[in-house]
Amino acid sequence: MPLRVLASRSFAAIVTAQETTVHRPKDAHGVHHLDLLESQAIFILREVAAECERPVLLFSGGKDSAVLLHLAVKAFRPAGFPFPMMHVDTGHNFPEVLAFRDHMVEVLGERLIVASVQDSIDRGRVADPGENGSRNRLQTTTLLDAITEHKFDAAFGGARRDEDKARAKERVLSFRDAFGQWEPRKQRPELWHLYQGKVLPGEHLRAFPLSDWTELDVWQYIARERIELPSIYYAHERDVVERDGMLLAVSEFVHPREGEAVQRLSVRFRTVGDATLTGAVRSTATTVDEVIAEVAGSTVSERGATRGDDKFSETAMEDRKREGYF
Amino acid sequence: MTELLDPTTSSLLRFATVGSVDDGKSTLIGRLLVDTKQLFDDQLDAVAEASIRRGTGDVDLSFVTDGLRAEREQGITIDVAYRYASTPTRKFVIADCPGHVQYTRNMATGASTADLALVVIDAQSGLKEQTRRHCCIAALLGVSEFVVCVNKMDLISWDEGAFRTIAAQVAAFTEHLGVRSTTVIPISALLGDNVAERSSSTPWFDGPTVLEALEGATAGNWAGAGIHRTTGRLPVQWVIRQVGERRSYAGMVTGAPLSKGQEVVVLPLGQRTTITKIETYDGELETAEPGISVAVHLKGDFDVTRGECIAAVENPPMVTSTLETTVCWFGAQPLRAGDRLRIKHTTQTTLARVTAVDAVVDINTLTLTPATELVENQIGVVHLQTAAPLAVDPYAANRMTGSFVLIDERDHATVAAGLVGLPQILA
Repeated sequence: MPLRVLASRSFAAIVTAQETTVHRPKDAHGVHHLDLLESQAIFILREVAAECERPVLLFSGGKDSAVLLHLAVKAFRPAGFPFPMMHVDTGHNFPEVLAFRDHMVEVLGERLIVASVQDSIDRGRVADPGENGSRNRLQTTTLLDAITEHKFDAAFGGARRDEDKARAKERVLSFRDAFGQWEPRKQRPELWHLYQGKVLPGEHLRAFPLSDWTELDVWQYIARERIELPSIYYAHERDVVERDGMLLAVSEFVHPREGEAVQRLSVRFRTVGDATLTGAVRSTATTVDEVIAEVAGSTVSERGATRGDDKFSETAMEDRKREGYF
Repeated sequence: MTELLDPTTSSLLRFATVGSVDDGKSTLIGRLLVDTKQLFDDQLDAVAEASIRRGTGDVDLSFVTDGLRAEREQGITIDVAYRYASTPTRKFVIADCPGHVQYTRNMATGASTADLALVVIDAQSGLKEQTRRHCCIAALLGVSEFVVCVNKMDLISWDEGAFRTIAAQVAAFTEHLGVRSTTVIPISALLGDNVAERSSSTPWFDGPTVLEALEGATAGNWAGAGIHRTTGRLPVQWVIRQVGERRSYAGMVTGAPLSKGQEVVVLPLGQRTTITKIETYDGELETAEPGISVAVHLKGDFDVTRGECIAAVENPPMVTSTLETTVCWFGAQPLRAGDRLRIKHTTQTTLARVTAVDAVVDINTLTLTPATELVENQIGVVHLQTAAPLAVDPYAANRMTGSFVLIDERDHATVAAGLVGLPQILA
């Protein structure tokens, strides 16, 4: 059995430390844009849960995942989620992120499935890239195998259209054929609020409730809702090496190579992925407001600053998505 | 560098680009994003690098939104790209739509959630049939504000007379379409004239730049579904069951606010009851605005399920299983009387039979021509009989309860966009 299922408990009503109803400023037309984004995401979560037979919520422990989880709580509490959560575990994790994942599962009392890339390697489904090799692309096989095994017909993800030029083209409900592939030339029309979730057996959908959110929206929402995140999103001192223009954290997966100097810097992470490919950024932002100021002033995109997996070619994200990547 | 908006004064505008292939829609969006500094340095570098590799100049601005491999190879837009921008006064969601007739379904996807149409016309060729088709679809979908850019003015030496001729032609056409506001601007997307910066080549033009027109647009703030000219409705999406508690009915409010204590009717059966509580995760609301997702409690013991509609007692939707509709058909096979499809309307999916195809819209004359079938990308008047009754409003009154899609039963493909009622764009 390649998949681990963590124990679940009764459903908790509270996901954050919030005590009272948050103040909601309105804009000139009556409703704040964060309320519209929130409301839209809740609508999508409920619609997919109702239209599909066996959805699953993908949870990486990153900030977008944390926001998505928060929105799922808002969509379905006081009842439990009508779907399990699933983490595709590369094995190249930041310990803080794994701890955050387990903490959230415990607090919420929801069911978590862990689909492990190491299991895919052990069973010979994918080749081992070696101790320090990236497992980014291998996740696709692990993800698709888990979708097949559990007969999931929809997988929620926290991807946003502002992250990448291929994602900018993708539908909120994005169709995947029986091989898990995305065909950007044959996307279903998606009109108004009419999210249409029916697929044939073996096909599935990816559902992206945060499609219209920007990085700044996500951070402003995190601030407003006081959403808990892994500590690595805030500035801390860490040993890093500079490699391919990125600051990689020295860890059991990243060892300094010949000629690379280890520096101790104040850094934070803007995204969280495979630890061998996810770069840190220099930062002194230790609070959410400081992070918002930093994000608003940044001249480099979120993935451009931190993701080695997007630098392989002009259309790296599109190529991976076609194969079935997140 | 992103400007931090003052959330108390800024508002959201969703707009879609509209027009024929190669008239410069993607280049205009690229120019607008570059000149308002919405792009990060690495994104701009990547565009420049790809432009040089593909031999399309130093910086091919269309590559900002044309991000797919096939799009860059062919130099066209295949599917909608969504981009996000903000200025000190406004936040924008931009849908850069394809111009090819072959990808009309994708253009309709982008326009279905837009408040404003940014129309692009090549000054050298004027108003083409494909431009008319797209303007027609945008107007049909309820987009009532048009900003029209007469592009490539540099290639006709900034000829004021030529601009005025096209502008008059456009204004007549959009007036005919029932568009409330049309602003026509002479531009060069490639050079940036009158996009974010005022051009020195058009001293004879005293209208706004594209950016000024967008920032000043009166449309905006997409409250969930755009058109709210009915009383309050809540199509039930999901029933929240809690142990030891009454059920609550979750969904998005549309049309007008719904309030605690308000008398409502549950359709299609028509039971009258009262909203006893409006819940969100953050607490109870006295009133829920259109576009907001809530869960309501009702007085009495009802068995309300997904697909039913909780509506204000005053002027509720019409409950019917025979519909007169306007359909934009995307199927490869023609749509004919007798065809059986699935229909998704609000949160309900049922079967529908085409009882008649009456007429097709002539894009050039905006008149109805008698017809017996609709071929791909045609718009026409279609009568449907549904297996279950639907609670509908005319599209012109409510986008959410007045719209539907038709679905192919065999492969679940979405094959049509449908509007309840006759097309509102016809003379």
